[in-house]
Amino acid sequence: MRIVLDSDACQGHGRCYSLAPDLFDSDDEGYAVLKVDGEVPAGQEEAARLAADNCPEFAITVEG
Amino acid sequence: MTDTTRPPVADWTTDFDHTHPDYAQHAPEIWEELREGCPVAHTERFGGAWLPVRHEDVAAIARDTEHFSSEGVIVSDFRPEGLAPMGYAPPITSDPPFHAGSRRLLLPAFSPKEIDRWEETTRAACRELLDEMLADGATEVDAAVAYTQHIPVRVIAEMLGVPKEDGDKFRVFIHRVLEAPGSFAHEEIPYEETLDYYLKTLIAERRANPTGEDDLVNYLINVEVDGQPLSDDHVQGSIGLLIIAGIDTTWSAIGASLWHLAKTPEDRRRLVDDPDLMVFAVEEFLRFYAPVTMARIVAEGAEDAEIGGCPVSARDWVLLPFPAANRDPEAFEDAHQVILDRQRNRHLAFGVGIHRCVGSNLARMEIRVAVEEWIARIPDFELATDDPDAVRWSTGQVRGPRELPIRILSTNEVS
Ligand code: HEM
Ligand code: SF4
Repeated sequence: MRIVLDSDACQGHGRCYSLAPDLFDSDDEGYAVLKVDGEVPAGQEEAARLAADNCPEFAITVEG
Repeated sequence: MTDTTRPPVADWTTDFDHTHPDYAQHAPEIWEELREGCPVAHTERFGGAWLPVRHEDVAAIARDTEHFSSEGVIVSDFRPEGLAPMGYAPPITSDPPFHAGSRRLLLPAFSPKEIDRWEETTRAACRELLDEMLADGATEVDAAVAYTQHIPVRVIAEMLGVPKEDGDKFRVFIHRVLEAPGSFAHEEIPYEETLDYYLKTLIAERRANPTGEDDLVNYLINVEVDGQPLSDDHVQGSIGLLIIAGIDTTWSAIGASLWHLAKTPEDRRRLVDDPDLMVFAVEEFLRFYAPVTMARIVAEGAEDAEIGGCPVSARDWVLLPFPAANRDPEAFEDAHQVILDRQRNRHLAFGVGIHRCVGSNLARMEIRVAVEEWIARIPDFELATDDPDAVRWSTGQVRGPRELPIRILSTNEVS
């Protein structure tokens, strides 16, 4: 599974790093940083989907 | 004190009034009726204002900073003019390009890691309030008066570095600005009792006697952007905003969450039994009982501005009822049901686009801790009234219970 973060769309709602802390971190201003290189590690698929489904800015997409 | 002088509303489609007590008590029914009839309501009140209720329209306006200005964010008979791009309370009243810089100044103090540091302060305040509330063995309490209204005040007072006793003043300022906007214009308020006086005195005293403390007031007084300190209006506007924006909003969200749990025994039990539910439950409370409605003014010269196909005129007011958007069945499955573990929840309680609530991490933490501490101490409780109107909801753009009679059914000892 692939995961993409559109940093231009991110407004720092923080849903992703609270629901998927192994995939996302917050920078010093609260905007999201992707912790993985685009490939979702095994076992994190559910968390990836949750992050994508709860981002109010539609800034996260998962494929596969 | 609600403004009882407002004329009754003849028709919510053509004559709505969100500051009328009927709106406070029945807003969800009104949104639903509008959504099924005319989803973009209008009123001649306030000099002309629009009320879209669809998720799609509300989100589109919030994102469209070109046609919709934040120069005015609280609809009243007074319409700010000539204040863009900073406005009177940056960044909430600011438009691009000024907005981004004034927002960036505030973001670090409200990042998740910084907010973590305030969790213990919040928990201690909640426990102290519960101790006081239960001290004389009370079995019926007003949770709004004894508990919810105090929590955000204590925390923001500490973050700003002002005495917690100032919190009582904050609630008076907020009531004037948010709940009864404009209705105090005819009343004589002594200048020494105004927010303007409070802020000017606070800033002048800090400048004259620097405290050296690491708090938000000192930070804003001292911070430099491109080698320049902020203007006095900017410092005052942002401190004022932090006082106004974070208190009755969060208090409303905590109150509505407890109100829901008081009248829904299944959800109360689920939450007591399964603490892991909390992270989803807080978001669901925020969706369903979103306390904040924002506003915009159609930008000067925005000839082609429209809302869901409805043309609007420059300088018209536009309300952004995020709570109505959050109950739109087009955007949420079973929108009218509270589902504590809702898995897909792109709610707009904190807005959307460039003005996303700076305090959202703080607010979420306060709601979670306040509910956790309450149910740890009072796992079983119910509304102490059968009359839904006994729970009084605030009028205006921040909606939440201002009186919340609760009967306590069981308590746990303090751990
Ligand atoms: C449950 C509680 C809260 C809710 C529902 C809420 C809601 C909102 C909303 C909807 C906006 C967007 C305004 C717009 O689009 O014009 C906003 C902005 C803002 N909020 Fe909150 N808020 C809450 C708590 C707080 C707290 C605790 C603070 C800080 C102490 C805070 C500070 C701010 C600031 C500074 C902005 C302006 C952001 C900008 O314009 O860039 N809020 N809030
Ligand atoms: S949930 Fe979306 S907007 Fe919020 S921090 Fe994550 S990516 Fe950004």
